[in-house]
Amino acid sequence: METAKAPLLEMTGIDKAFPGVQALSKAQMTVRAGTVHSLMGENGAGKSTLMKCLFGIYKKDAGEIRMEGKLVNFTDPRHALDNGVAMVHQELNQVLRRNVMENVWLGRLPLKHGLVDSQKMYRDTKKVFEGLGIDIDPKRIIGTLSVSNRQMIEIAKAVSYDAKILVLDEPTSSLTENEVERLFGIIRHLTQKGVGIIYISHKMDEILRISDEVTIMRDGMWIATRDAKNLTTEEIVRLMVNREMTQRFPPKNNQPGEVALEVKDLSGKYEPTFHDVSFSVRKGEVLGISGLVGSRRTELLNTIFGYHSKEKGQIILHGKLMDNSAPDRSTRNNFSLLTEERRATGLFPQTNITFNSVIANIRSRGYGKFLLKKSKLNQDTDWVIGAINVKTPSKRTLIRSLSGGNQQKVIIGRWLLTTPEVLLLDEPTRGIDVGAKYEIYDLILKLAEEGKCVIMVSSEMPELIGICDRILVMSGGRMAGVVERGVDFGGVAGEQETILTLAAKYV
Amino acid sequence: MQSIKKFDRQRTIDFLLQYAMYIILLAILVTVSIIKPHFLALGNILNILKQASTKGILALGCAGLIVLAGTDLSIGRVMGFSAAVTASLVQSVTYSSRYFPGMTQDLPLIVPFVAAIAVAVAFSLFNGFGVAKLKMHAFIITLGTQLIAYGANCLYIEAQPSGTAQALSTFNQTFKDASAGNLTIGTVTIPLVVLYFLGLAAIMWVVWNKTRLGKNMFAVGGNEEAARVSGVKVEKTIMLVYLMAGILYGIAAFLEAGRIQSVGANTGINYETDAISACVIGGVSFSGGVGTIQGVVIGAVILQAINFSLNFLGVNPYYQFIIRGLIIVLAVAIDVRKYIVKK
Repeated sequence: METAKAPLLEMTGIDKAFPGVQALSKAQMTVRAGTVHSLMGENGAGKSTLMKCLFGIYKKDAGEIRMEGKLVNFTDPRHALDNGVAMVHQELNQVLRRNVMENVWLGRLPLKHGLVDSQKMYRDTKKVFEGLGIDIDPKRIIGTLSVSNRQMIEIAKAVSYDAKILVLDEPTSSLTENEVERLFGIIRHLTQKGVGIIYISHKMDEILRISDEVTIMRDGMWIATRDAKNLTTEEIVRLMVNREMTQRFPPKNNQPGEVALEVKDLSGKYEPTFHDVSFSVRKGEVLGISGLVGSRRTELLNTIFGYHSKEKGQIILHGKLMDNSAPDRSTRNNFSLLTEERRATGLFPQTNITFNSVIANIRSRGYGKFLLKKSKLNQDTDWVIGAINVKTPSKRTLIRSLSGGNQQKVIIGRWLLTTPEVLLLDEPTRGIDVGAKYEIYDLILKLAEEGKCVIMVSSEMPELIGICDRILVMSGGRMAGVVERGVDFGGVAGEQETILTLAAKYV
Repeated sequence: MQSIKKFDRQRTIDFLLQYAMYIILLAILVTVSIIKPHFLALGNILNILKQASTKGILALGCAGLIVLAGTDLSIGRVMGFSAAVTASLVQSVTYSSRYFPGMTQDLPLIVPFVAAIAVAVAFSLFNGFGVAKLKMHAFIITLGTQLIAYGANCLYIEAQPSGTAQALSTFNQTFKDASAGNLTIGTVTIPLVVLYFLGLAAIMWVVWNKTRLGKNMFAVGGNEEAARVSGVKVEKTIMLVYLMAGILYGIAAFLEAGRIQSVGANTGINYETDAISACVIGGVSFSGGVGTIQGVVIGAVILQAINFSLNFLGVNPYYQFIIRGLIIVLAVAIDVRKYIVKK
């Protein structure tokens, strides 16, 4: 290693077992002052367990954690904070109905004569924000701000602790390109001051750009720590999955036929929303929808499905006008929607695979007139598990104990049981690991081969380019254009630029 | 042009929703005073305030629990027990069937006052422990506590020398003066209890808005996980809010004993309904994290004003129950609408 900087944080030999699972075994990581150290691994590799052991959320079974050479053993996140270790969580944990500054100083509100000193709180918030180039009024109610602004506030909050170690867990998942640049600026600013950064992300290009070192974990074990400049995407993937991923995308053999679905002049009803979107999808086609955060892609899908109210517009399937005014109607019209937030609107976490598989389909006649037929329930669940290769000990397993990828497969299976003609998929591969992604791509392409219309929203450009026939680009709530495989992308030079230019058209 | 109109309409609707309760209730009061012009006499207003005071103090306590996204069904019974303990300690020493025959001299007022608070705090901390440490829902634990408090109260009252369950009454003069006395300024006679209520409201306003405990309470109620990862001691915050509630219940019990002059097994029954209604009318949201002390005070006064007007107009008491029930339903329906996100 040519980075001669002193180790700031050393974790060695960390073990952690849960009933039936060895979550961590001899995990290790060394973060040097003034560097960015990325932590990578598939879901379930033990990254977050390792962080939870660092913060004392989990009690480690064995191992040592040293900060600047001294043995530490944090008992809770607050204890870690007081010792200069802060974390920005992927899920924004904020008190939405309180203002920005209270959220920033929560847990350590400044006092004057025993009472909370709002003026100092305001001044200090301003100072932190100015140092980071953030322009947000500290007195705004935080719930009225955009997700990306709230994310920046969370980062500012962590910075305000004067942390020596800052953990960023998927910090860019809801940031726009410009904001990512600003975040990277902040990270560079912090490392110059000697802060050590632990950066957790699935986005390879970011990792390679921002990191000094990369630690890769697999199955709860430390696999490798390398200098970022000697790493390539392929090498990282190989280390993560322990197999060569020569092909990130399955072969594409779907043959789009005649136009099946038409959407005309569709507008959402309640702002913020999208306006005047028209497009068509052919039988057997995969239409991608691209755009920045806030381009209202999700609102578009939700409105087609009737989950959000529409202001105007028509949805026509096979020449017939569809009344998709509510999800119960659109499912009868053979539409299905895989929602963006799996945990919030997809899973029934406390129930088993069977329940989660059949819940969208039990109104169909095949399940019996009054009482549900057990044989049919079992048969359909077995189909879901078998047809899309869900890895689970049994049908009775609670879905929350499966990995993200397998949960997602069950939910896709749930919709396939309803034999839809139009599949609306919102970020179908978000937060799932490389291997499971490949299987989901494969499934999407197979569905297209069978003649279904697939509309898929994604923030990951490579996957859109890898599996879509056409990509509709949204920008600022409007349609910026449609790009086509073989003309604008799919081996055509400058493909990503075309889409990005369109995405920024109405911003 | 159209979008501007739409925006204005939305703003008007938001405004109406925000103040709907106040508007409706003001309308009722105006109607009553038109029907009976002498309704708005100073005496009546002071009477409303006086009756609103003890329940208002209870509401100040339980508002914090509602901000924590909880509730308290045990308020009435706990207050009843606490009032019975107060009553047993303030009986006149010349009264032959007093609870403590050995008591030959008035106790200093601080003794029954502290005893009242101790009883209420014990129950409230029990509730707090269930919510904070055992992670029980406030609805369930306070449902249980309510029965425990009632049973304990009956046993306590029955343990008097006569062995009967007759109400405890005949209090000494010092207690009566302190709890149910008046302050006369010129020609205006203000019940002390009103001043106590306003004083406690002022203290609670400072606690809610100017102390770490207050801010932490809103944080825990608004998003418990966010509070936890920010290093707020969630369990401690919950326990402290229950402690405050207990103290306020104890004070209310002490004052209520003085107001009603006779404390029996059924004292305090259904008081939780009024306390919770006052909070809801005053805009303390059951979804947690939202509420103001001003709102609670106004809520308590408005609720009492309605009860008073219904009596004043001679409305059948059974109808009064129905009307009060409808008011609670309406208040919650409006409260829920405020936070609906339209999709």
